[in-house]
Amino acid sequence: MTTAPTPVPTPAATEMISGGAGVRTATPVPRKRVRSLRRLGGSWLATVPLLLFFLVGFGLPAVAIVVGAFTASSDAEAGAGEFTTANLTDSVQGAYQTALWSSVKLSALTALLATLIGLPIAQAVVTSRFRALREAVLTASGVLANFGGLPLAFAFVATLGNAGEITEMFDLTDHGWSLYSFTGLTVVYLYFLVPLMVLTVTPALDGLRVQWREAAQNNRATGFQYWRHVALPILFPSLLGGFVLLFGSAFAAYATAAAMVGATVPLISRSIADALSGNVLVGQGNLALALSLDMILVAVLVMAVYLPLQRRSARWLS
Amino acid sequence: MAQLISRLRLWRGLVLLLAGVYFLVPMGASVWFSLDTNHGIDFAAYTGLLSAPGFTDSLVLTLELAAVTVVVLLLLLVPALIAVRLGSPRLRAVLEVVCTLPLVVPPVALTAGLIGVLRWGPDYLMDTPFFQTMVFIQDPKFPLVLVIAYVLMSLPLAYRALDAGLRAVDVRTLVEAARNCGASWPRAVLTVVLPNLRGALLNASFLTLALVLGEFTASSILGYQPFAVWIYTVGNSQGQMSVAVSVLSLLITWVLLLLLSTAGRERRRNTTTH
Repeated sequence: MTTAPTPVPTPAATEMISGGAGVRTATPVPRKRVRSLRRLGGSWLATVPLLLFFLVGFGLPAVAIVVGAFTASSDAEAGAGEFTTANLTDSVQGAYQTALWSSVKLSALTALLATLIGLPIAQAVVTSRFRALREAVLTASGVLANFGGLPLAFAFVATLGNAGEITEMFDLTDHGWSLYSFTGLTVVYLYFLVPLMVLTVTPALDGLRVQWREAAQNNRATGFQYWRHVALPILFPSLLGGFVLLFGSAFAAYATAAAMVGATVPLISRSIADALSGNVLVGQGNLALALSLDMILVAVLVMAVYLPLQRRSARWLS
Repeated sequence: MAQLISRLRLWRGLVLLLAGVYFLVPMGASVWFSLDTNHGIDFAAYTGLLSAPGFTDSLVLTLELAAVTVVVLLLLLVPALIAVRLGSPRLRAVLEVVCTLPLVVPPVALTAGLIGVLRWGPDYLMDTPFFQTMVFIQDPKFPLVLVIAYVLMSLPLAYRALDAGLRAVDVRTLVEAARNCGASWPRAVLTVVLPNLRGALLNASFLTLALVLGEFTASSILGYQPFAVWIYTVGNSQGQMSVAVSVLSLLITWVLLLLLSTAGRERRRNTTTH
């Protein structure tokens, strides 16, 4: 592996070794080969630990998921360890289907809302004259985007939960409010998704040139027309990229929901955790792996939409 | 025109005000909730933390895990990224794929896979030396299996932070200059390239640290008790204390990030004045 013969030397290596174009073409050919090979060997060597770690740490679990999802579990009545698609069929039926669907719905809704809310905030920050405001909002976004998981859940329980300060202050429970519901979870998720969107979209907004706006104005475009025909089409790939990122974070989130809603809102990540702790029917021991495979497939599908579009945005916003 | 500008300002102020309310109210309410008791304001939830059972053990375990994760991650990632900058572009593409793939595997799914692998231990590997390894990485005193999970989870974040840092530095020219001055390879990397990456290294370490400090999914499902899992157990019995910990964790993240951004800014000022 370390001696992979890649006979194409990098441009800089060639330049460095031959000391300029075509000065000494006759002598250094064999030496060049050796040097560049050794060089490549060096770069291979430095990447080997990472690749090995990845193969073992990531490859083995991936294999375990795929193999496990397609084999009958050891506690099955018949045919333990044999090939089967029963796990996968079970994983998209009944309660599991509900969980998967509600996860996708929650992630898509929160990602969409966060995109719609994050864009004006980012625009307000970008167009502001005060540098301090910009720095403050971006730093705060960095902190809040990392403020997921349990602390977030507890903070919201203290604020809007049944005994929360705001709930008691305004008697929200009498008005039908409950934090432990789909709506409640949406409000909580937005708390870390909106800052993430602000962080993602700010560089793109910075890339919008003033000249484009001026050119639009000189052609008598209204503010709405400028956004509709110039700014949004340019921003669209970045926005979609941000949406995919947010969808991914919301979809993968587990701790917040686990600490807050328990079983009132079924989510696929909670179903997997349940199945892993043995909370399944007899013979469904490998169901958790099949559910994981479902989850990965959804994430891959969403990613596949995003990657080609990202290239398009690079053309304008460089 | 003046009307337009004042309208714009009004609009901007309104957006920021609404956002401010949404983001500040939960923080204020949490602080109030953790202090408010039947007999007035009381700091008991904060002072009681230190003596709470399991607090120090879980915190120490988490800090150890965080330190080892950051070190392992940087040791794996930094040499590879520098080498790829100097060497073949084909490897660079491989590395990019490797560092992006964990994004499509949510932590729950990764944990499920890890459990699947760990089950092979008793099932197939009972008589081989691998079994000892399996037992060793699951040692409850220091679960290496969590380090593996954490390194994988923070790989995309750290990769992006380091790659952005490397993009701003012309690694090849730096190394060639150092080599021409007679520096050895390790010396060129350690004393010339790495100092230029200080900001990116700090950034990557911070993101990893934040991730490990708050990580709950893998550790709770695998059955270990680092800090986040401890908070969860406490939250079931003592609501006030768990909120106090949330407030503290937010403060700690804030301080870490502020330190990081000031370090980055000083660095920038130094480079511009010299």
